[in-house]
Amino acid sequence: MLDAKAAPLVQVDGLKMYFPIYSGILRRHTGNVKAVDGVSFDIQAGETLGLVGESGCGKSTVGRALLRLYEPTAGAVIIDGENIASLAPEALRKKRPTMQMVFQDPQASLNPRMTLAAIISEPLVEHTSWNAERRLERVYELMDAVGLNRRFANRFPHEFSGGQRQRIGIARALALNPKFIVCDEPIAALDVSIQAQVVNLLEDLQEKLGLTYLFISHDLSMVRHIADRVAVMYLGRIAELSPRDALFERPLHPYAEALLSAVNEPDPSLARRPRIILKGDVPSPARPPKGCNFSTRCPKAFARCHAEKPELQEVEPGRQVACFLYDAKPGSTGTTEAPANLRQEHNQQGEYQ
Amino acid sequence: MPDRAAPVLDVRGLKTVFRTRGGEIHAVNDVSFHLERGELLGVVGESGSGKSVTMMSLIGLLPSPPAEIRAGSVMLGELDLLKISPEALRRVRGAKVGFIFQDPMTSLNPVFNIGFQIAEPLRRHMGMTKAQAAARAVELLELVGIPDAAKRLGDYPHQFSGGMRQRVMIAIALACDPDVLIADEPTTALDVTIQAQILELVKELRVKLGMAIIWITHDLGVIAAIADRVMVMYGGQIVEQAPVRELFANPQHPYTRALLKTIPSLTGAREARLQVIEGQPPIMTAAPTACAFRARCTHAFARCEVENPQRARIDTMGLSFGHDVACHWATAPKTSEVSNA
Repeated sequence: MLDAKAAPLVQVDGLKMYFPIYSGILRRHTGNVKAVDGVSFDIQAGETLGLVGESGCGKSTVGRALLRLYEPTAGAVIIDGENIASLAPEALRKKRPTMQMVFQDPQASLNPRMTLAAIISEPLVEHTSWNAERRLERVYELMDAVGLNRRFANRFPHEFSGGQRQRIGIARALALNPKFIVCDEPIAALDVSIQAQVVNLLEDLQEKLGLTYLFISHDLSMVRHIADRVAVMYLGRIAELSPRDALFERPLHPYAEALLSAVNEPDPSLARRPRIILKGDVPSPARPPKGCNFSTRCPKAFARCHAEKPELQEVEPGRQVACFLYDAKPGSTGTTEAPANLRQEHNQQGEYQ
Repeated sequence: MPDRAAPVLDVRGLKTVFRTRGGEIHAVNDVSFHLERGELLGVVGESGSGKSVTMMSLIGLLPSPPAEIRAGSVMLGELDLLKISPEALRRVRGAKVGFIFQDPMTSLNPVFNIGFQIAEPLRRHMGMTKAQAAARAVELLELVGIPDAAKRLGDYPHQFSGGMRQRVMIAIALACDPDVLIADEPTTALDVTIQAQILELVKELRVKLGMAIIWITHDLGVIAAIADRVMVMYGGQIVEQAPVRELFANPQHPYTRALLKTIPSLTGAREARLQVIEGQPPIMTAAPTACAFRARCTHAFARCEVENPQRARIDTMGLSFGHDVACHWATAPKTSEVSNA
């Protein structure tokens, strides 16, 4: 799936999404919530990029800004050759069929007063000039594709279970034959036994229709299953972007390492291993730390981490990390470098409890 | 490790029914279990499997109507919690049995400060004065790892992060030194790194305080990390029960096996395709007369349609590990398949 050396289907460059804070009696602009603060990545056609991180790290905001459901503050998002971030409204509308979204909460993202057929055909009404008959035909086709019985076409969302509702959401996203789908925590609201059904469906559809996914999730084991490459976000920035196997075998960024270590494996011997316990909470994105965003909780932080922000750079073929532990160049401002022993010890010892 | 003395909690034949306009929902069907002193009992199941309703039935937290406890006994020491008066039950709740809920935001009262909310059970159940209760509240906050505890007593819930709020909930539940702590998905709403902090805290507190804990979750990973013994629930019944290592090494019920297989792992070979459990969990509109899992089970046979399986002990090579399962297939004498667990 990764052999294509053509231009990536999705190119994100320096994406920033700030939400202004207004305060005081005059409601003056006093600051910004830097939900996404300079994020860059590519997604090849047919590839699945996993985007992981804890709540509040900005992963859903990236997904929404990518499809311009928010107006990005800065940066470029090139999908299939066009810069989404700067398209005029009418051109953007014409572009919408190529890029779609599957939302987290299948309860909230389906209109309770619309029948299943009306929900799935709404994009068709909006973007095609098909007559009702042709639309219904397409609805049936889509229902077959996502494994919903055609007899259900006139039922309402409340008559379906969570897993089935998510199938409706997927059918709606597929209606206009998109190339790129942002899956924003599509399985987070589902039971374990149902999650696997939906993930398998997404994989089948990708194979059949050649779809490209941005799969946003906090479930690392599911991301390991579905993604080809994985980006780990922390407080609005990408900490590490690596091929899936490399990341899960040997995470490079201390945050990626701690995140993987925190996952409970369904195996009593593995789950009771010593783990890296991070101290404290994620800082507020309205007041990010001065240096590296992770420096306040990082067990390996040193002086430079508190002064400068590390940029995402390639440290091994195909692996990008934003961390001074892997900075080959001497510090440009002459601040302390990573102590050599600290760097060597990395991945052998964290702060274990 | 739990000793063999009398269990601190002994539940027998519990049946809870919800009466709704659409008919009755049999949420808990003849559930029996016990909890040993100092033990951490994990309860797993999907939403609707009856795990939360079972635990809330124990201490009368279900609104009635619509809920109705039809049968059973819940012995907490010498006391049958289903027979005592509401006033007596109120003295048990909070004092002898602590409860931690899933969502730390909605289970704290937003208009009272944290100090008041921790002091409330202390003053009510332990008869402490205001000053004593405040001093104890500081101790409790320090115990659950909240920095600057004394200064934070006057803070309100919204001034705490999710993980910190859950720590406050734990402090309240622990306030009166309960014998039993019931934790209903206490880490589900939290991020993984914060969940790891809370699990670490609970492990630590268990050693320090030695109380028995019932931990409800749908996450088998959490169970693997902290439980001593596990009960698997499905359709309002306990379908399998075993010590944690035994359950993960030697699952017997087809549901438990399937559940373990549907979760992708972080290590080891990556599955090309996830195993799925086809179909939906059942809605129990009547007391079960057949196996609740039969429609989704790959091993179902004629007997599963006509008879609800009862829990039976499983022996492995003549040894009993305290493992039992409610399944006709798993307990049927098998010739070839017995060893490929």
